[in-house]
Amino acid sequence: MYVAVKGGETAIRNAHRLVADKRRGDRSVPSISLDQIVNQLALAVDRVMAEGSLYDPELAALAIKQARGDMIEAIFLLRAFRTTAPRFGFSEPLDTSNMLVERRISATFKDLPGGQLLGPTFDYTHRLLDPELAGDAEIPAPELAEAGDGVMPRVTDLLGQEGLIEADADAGEEAETGDLTREPLSFPADRALRLQALARGDEGFLLSLGYSTQRGYARSHPFAGEIRLGEVEVMVEIPELGFTVSIGRIEVTECQMINQFKGSAKVPPQFTRGYGLVFGHAERKAMSMALVDRALRWRELGEEKTAPAQDEEFVLSHSDNVQATGFVEHLKLPHYVDFQAELELVRRMRAKHEAAVRDSAGQDESKAKQQEAAE
Amino acid sequence: MSLAPETGLDTAKGAAPAADADLPLLRVSGLSKFYGDRVGCRDVSLAVWPGEVLAIAGESGSGKTTLLNCLATRLTPTSGVVEYRMRDGSVRDLYRLSEAEQRLLMRTDWGFVHQNPIDGLRMNVSAGANVGERLMAVGARHYGKLRSEAERWLERVEIPASRIDDDPRAFSGGMRQRLQIARNLVTGPRLIFMDEPTGGLDVSVQARLLDLLRQLVADLGLAVVIVTHDLAVARLLSHRMMVMKGGEVIEEGLTDRILDDPREPYTQLLVSSILQV
Amino acid sequence: MISAAYNFAYLDEQTKRMIRRAILKAVAIPGYQVPFASREMPMPYGWGTGGVQVTAAVLGPDDVLKVIDQGADDTTNAVAIRGFFEKTARVRTTTATAEATVIQTRHRIPEEPLTAGQILVYQVPIPEPLRFLEPRETETRKMHALTEYGLMHVKLYEDIARHGHIATTYAYPVHVAGRYVMDPSPIPKFDNPKMNDCEALQLFGAGREKRIYAIPPHTEVVSLDFEDHPFRVQEFAEPCALCGSTGVYLDEVILDDRGGRMFVCSDTDYCTSHRPSGPDDQSAAEWENAR
Repeated sequence: MYVAVKGGETAIRNAHRLVADKRRGDRSVPSISLDQIVNQLALAVDRVMAEGSLYDPELAALAIKQARGDMIEAIFLLRAFRTTAPRFGFSEPLDTSNMLVERRISATFKDLPGGQLLGPTFDYTHRLLDPELAGDAEIPAPELAEAGDGVMPRVTDLLGQEGLIEADADAGEEAETGDLTREPLSFPADRALRLQALARGDEGFLLSLGYSTQRGYARSHPFAGEIRLGEVEVMVEIPELGFTVSIGRIEVTECQMINQFKGSAKVPPQFTRGYGLVFGHAERKAMSMALVDRALRWRELGEEKTAPAQDEEFVLSHSDNVQATGFVEHLKLPHYVDFQAELELVRRMRAKHEAAVRDSAGQDESKAKQQEAAE
Repeated sequence: MSLAPETGLDTAKGAAPAADADLPLLRVSGLSKFYGDRVGCRDVSLAVWPGEVLAIAGESGSGKTTLLNCLATRLTPTSGVVEYRMRDGSVRDLYRLSEAEQRLLMRTDWGFVHQNPIDGLRMNVSAGANVGERLMAVGARHYGKLRSEAERWLERVEIPASRIDDDPRAFSGGMRQRLQIARNLVTGPRLIFMDEPTGGLDVSVQARLLDLLRQLVADLGLAVVIVTHDLAVARLLSHRMMVMKGGEVIEEGLTDRILDDPREPYTQLLVSSILQV
Repeated sequence: MISAAYNFAYLDEQTKRMIRRAILKAVAIPGYQVPFASREMPMPYGWGTGGVQVTAAVLGPDDVLKVIDQGADDTTNAVAIRGFFEKTARVRTTTATAEATVIQTRHRIPEEPLTAGQILVYQVPIPEPLRFLEPRETETRKMHALTEYGLMHVKLYEDIARHGHIATTYAYPVHVAGRYVMDPSPIPKFDNPKMNDCEALQLFGAGREKRIYAIPPHTEVVSLDFEDHPFRVQEFAEPCALCGSTGVYLDEVILDDRGGRMFVCSDTDYCTSHRPSGPDDQSAAEWENAR
């Protein structure tokens, strides 16, 4: 557009300068450090890593700072970085039964091997604003127990011994797990790909969908079989060596949801699973993911599809907030050309309409005149 | 109506040569459908000749709708063969047709009338578009001709042509059902499947629709497989009928014979309970 | 901390190879939407990520790039994308249509006819022409596979029944090489005829929807219509107020709040090069004054 011709380039440059200025804010206030973000806004960092699909707290903190705290913008920044990183290979499946557990709770058993471990949680805190936090009050060091002997079997494994819960699906030795970031998603998608999509899906979207299943839109009678949070080792097989080595530890949240299942002609009644696994400490996301995962399994379990959370195309096509925000916000881009086309059409149609109204009015008038004449 | 040449469709109504009238249009043998352990229908064999109306009667749960869906390629049977004599005279196993062929058959040489017209109509486009859709699907590209064809069919099913631009939403239940029928007939199909076509209608509306159906079937020489729980519908429309119970055909024969002289105790029960009201 | 060192034209070579394969397939099957593993780009989805990936995959060091949005070289998004390639590929850029070897566009086809050897890269938001008739990908793919396009004409029929003419003004669907129905991206239907038998290669990239499709040079592209309601393009009553051209697409510029307006070329390069005395001619100056 002509108006923009002169201004475009300069306007963009100036806008960038202005946003940098706004980001920094009042220069008399010290600039926030990445360390501060990593340590004190740790859950924000976790969310950005999870939905950015990149485990790197420092980069996530940088993204949060650069995005001025806009989480989806930060996730987007991290994704855009991630996408250029070469893919060297993939890890072995994480062994969460060997997790260095920081928190572990089960809603299905009062006590169980390894015990319940409350860990760092907002649960049972009173949600009262704490004025002391506004300052820099001394925080006492936490009470820490000695690490146990490490035996903390997964609740689902305990149930599995009796055959009360479906076995974890075995993809088979030869099965190749797809990679959502390397191959376009096509429908129907297998469970591995669905879980990949959910793991990077928007927390809010999954929360709402999970919630909808509880309210009766594809109800699955869930129990939080187990939620565990802690560090797990990432093992990678190095082809040159022929064995697996640990490349480090990452913190993850895992949720095993246990759901009702009536059984079918072939399978006796047993519990089924919904699964959630998320980078960092993200219980809400892991639980929502597990609920949605379970809902999406309707076909495999011979259930009826009635609700949005079960609709694979609907869920997976709209769960990615980077895609969603881009498309919603692209409405800000100029659409003069298309709008011009619509404008011309509406004008033409209105003109036609007016002409039609005039014509019929004219006819009525002449009719009235004829009538008058007749009288 | 000019159709795209590649479809090879002959739209002349009742075009089947006389010699072919001796051969069945649809032949089914040993058809079964199981849902897990549950029987949908078991070991059904039947044949439908051109211009013949076959009623499948039974109570709900008797397997008649399962059977209908298996015949119409809407539900894959567990076992059995469904053969259809195509327009070129060749006899094809329906479940060996490609999906493309099945879908083409569905929208040209066949019709399917649902009990609820909402399932068989596009509720958000006009009556004219509903009638014209099949023609456009096979290549009709002349708006004026599409329109006059739609008008002709609307009038044929007793819908005023002036309502051509109205949505089916603005139609009464009976009108919607007649619109659904027109939409199916526009390509000159030879075989129509009907699933309780008068099911959701008031008695007086039912009578009018049945009358119209009977007339259309006779005029166009249509073969029809109609599923109904209402023996009065079977009596009015069908030449032959089959009675189903628990997924199996328990009695079949000429409609008049079955209704006047039912042999199976179950059929006797059905006939007495319905017709003597 | 990382220092970002990016490959030529941003994308790594593996990714480019994957995209080029998709492009080759798209060229081999004109109008068919080829799925590809669209990457996250450093610009938002919906802002040209598909076009940018296609451009990045076809761009070589000797190419001359032109980027337009709404027909103009200096709309903000065009500036941003051109800047992106200046930075990551250091290619020569131009605003002159004839000089460019690769032209990335959003919503327009340049007025000046494209020539052999040029590539026009379209940014596509929704590649599926059947999407608003049938939201399900599984079903629309089947409809394409079985050439079931009746529904598309149902929509056009409805337009005529309700408005007396086809009311689609942009993203007007086309039939490509007698096989696939294709969404030409939201260009005004005014531009549709330029796609037919075009000398240049036309590539379409939809990043968010992960699809690439193509129209090879000299391919037949027909806008859908009815025999008795043939396809027609928009016509403008007056010539461009700046360069006096007719038969081009015009933008409406609102001059004041009293209904004053003027119509000027949407293609800024075409407009500039067709003015009797360059960009600073009298009518432009008048207009500037009027503002």
